[in-house]
Amino acid sequence: MAIHTATSRRQAAAAPVYAGAAARPQGGASVTLRGLARAFGDKQVLRHVDLHIPAGQFVAIVGKSGCGKSTLLRLIVGLDQPTGGHIALSGAPGGEEEPGSSGVRIMFQEPRLLPWERVRGNVEVGLGRDLPKAERQAIATRTLEAVALGDRGGEWPSVLSGGQKQRVALARALASGPRLLALDEPLGALDALTRIDMQRLIEKVWREQGFTAILVTHDVGEAIALADRILVIDQGTIAADLVVASPRPRHRGDPELAALEGRIIDALFNDQAAGI
Amino acid sequence: MSDATLKPVATAAAGAVAFPPEAALAPAAGEPAAAVKTTRSRATLTGRIANGNLIGWVVPALIVVIWETLARAGYLQPNVLPAPSAIVAAAIRLTASGQLPESIGVSTLRALAGFVVGGGIGLALGLANGLSRLSEKLTDTSLQMVRNVPHLALIPLVILWFGIDEGAKLFLVALGVFFPMYINTLHGIRNVDPQLVEMGRIYGMKQGELFWRVILPGALPSIFVGLRYALGIMWLTLIVAETIAAESGIGHMAMQAREFLLVDVVMLSIIIYALLGKAADSIARLLERLSLQWHPAYRK
Ligand SMILES: Nc1ncnc2c1ncn2[C@@H]1O[C@H](COP(=O)(O)OP(=O)(O)OP(=O)(O)O)[C@@H](O)[C@H]1O
Ligand SMILES: [Mg+2]
Repeated sequence: MAIHTATSRRQAAAAPVYAGAAARPQGGASVTLRGLARAFGDKQVLRHVDLHIPAGQFVAIVGKSGCGKSTLLRLIVGLDQPTGGHIALSGAPGGEEEPGSSGVRIMFQEPRLLPWERVRGNVEVGLGRDLPKAERQAIATRTLEAVALGDRGGEWPSVLSGGQKQRVALARALASGPRLLALDEPLGALDALTRIDMQRLIEKVWREQGFTAILVTHDVGEAIALADRILVIDQGTIAADLVVASPRPRHRGDPELAALEGRIIDALFNDQAAGI
Repeated sequence: MSDATLKPVATAAAGAVAFPPEAALAPAAGEPAAAVKTTRSRATLTGRIANGNLIGWVVPALIVVIWETLARAGYLQPNVLPAPSAIVAAAIRLTASGQLPESIGVSTLRALAGFVVGGGIGLALGLANGLSRLSEKLTDTSLQMVRNVPHLALIPLVILWFGIDEGAKLFLVALGVFFPMYINTLHGIRNVDPQLVEMGRIYGMKQGELFWRVILPGALPSIFVGLRYALGIMWLTLIVAETIAAESGIGHMAMQAREFLLVDVVMLSIIIYALLGKAADSIARLLERLSLQWHPAYRK
């Protein structure tokens, strides 16, 4: 198969470029949800979610629009409070990770950069105020290099393209060396080629740093290309929990993956997801 | 002031076109639009004129030349519309006597004092009401009610209260300047992108840091719209107040000249007011450009 040559070439290229690695010991946080529920008024969005994500796993969450993917992600990172059940994040030496701490980061579809801070300043936002200024700048510069924007640190965000802005947002999320990175359709607004580029980048930094990644996506192909495990959300619970065993890096043309993609799409549209 | 300042910043700016016109350049508060880049040739004079720095002066210069020509040819009566050269002569005469610098000083000081007091209170209340629901509930309704009273309508009352000394003018200017500052500051804070605020929270920013790094910079374009609008109101109020009741300042100088039928001095006073207004607006625009460098609309 043609995969082999591509594999060895890409692995050779994957030099350990991550910057924050020096600043913080690495490793992922594990996530455990028990009987998690969230209702908005009468509307029960999440009913009863039980889930364990081991440290360092790359999980993709797919589901129809409005099924509660973003809600689940916001609950996990602590941006929202559940109406039932509970959430435990652990894996940090100091015990649980607090939302808002540098151990848990979330990326959205919009880059949410501060337009009045230069690119490097935006990445520094990810580092908090505890580190000395010089160190913050150094880490920000190195993290920008890791997302291939090392030379753009002095520019205003408004001059960057959509994909570049999203890479800055990724650098900001990675700067503190998080143990859990939640991604809510981070590539949803990008064109197809930029998406593939960003997918590779996300996979690369994930492999280098070993954080736990939870990716919400509309694109089943993207989920299959990146994730160890795919969760299908339907009717407020996890309707299917599939393991993607193919070795990385994966190729879109792979017939095994194509078959899996077909099964997931069936699961999404047949409402018989539990049966697969 | 008009209700236009209540609308989103871009519209508010358009509403503020009448005074000062440059406010129309004010950008929207959120994500900046794509930068419009004009190719500039700095090398040639035509290039520089077309560039906008000089082209704006072509028409006024032409008008002055025609005006002077007509006056010299005897088409304009000196006691109705004196020639530009006569006005310049008046300026030289009054500068030599010390009356002009003194009047300018007095008027400028008045304007600034009223501006600092009214603008300061407007900014403070705008920030407070933008940041705190309680503060807003407490004061906003009353402020909106007072806003509907045209501040110049208070002149008779103010004269009764303060006589015609400095207190009256300071009060009127401060009152006039207050509302544009207040409303645009409030509006700016309200319209800071909530996604950015959420981002700040996620990244662990505390209240103070959130204010200085996210909320205030986000509100700044709108605050500048208020500032420039307020500067316009400041001069307008001062002109009216000085013309009606003053014992010094440019307005007083003009009224005195009117009694002695010195049309050139009256014209000079009007021009001085215009120049002072222009200077204030230019300074505000410079500040705006310096502090909004991140915004594509202000980038060179
Ligand atoms: N703050 C809120 N108040 C009321 N209802 C909400 C709120 N947030 C989400 N919902 C509702 O919860 C449901 C799930 O929303 P959520 O944003 O999680 O969907 P999603 O799966 O992320 O959809 P999409 O794929 O379109 O982003 C929707 O019906 C939505 O209307
Ligand atoms: Mg969503």
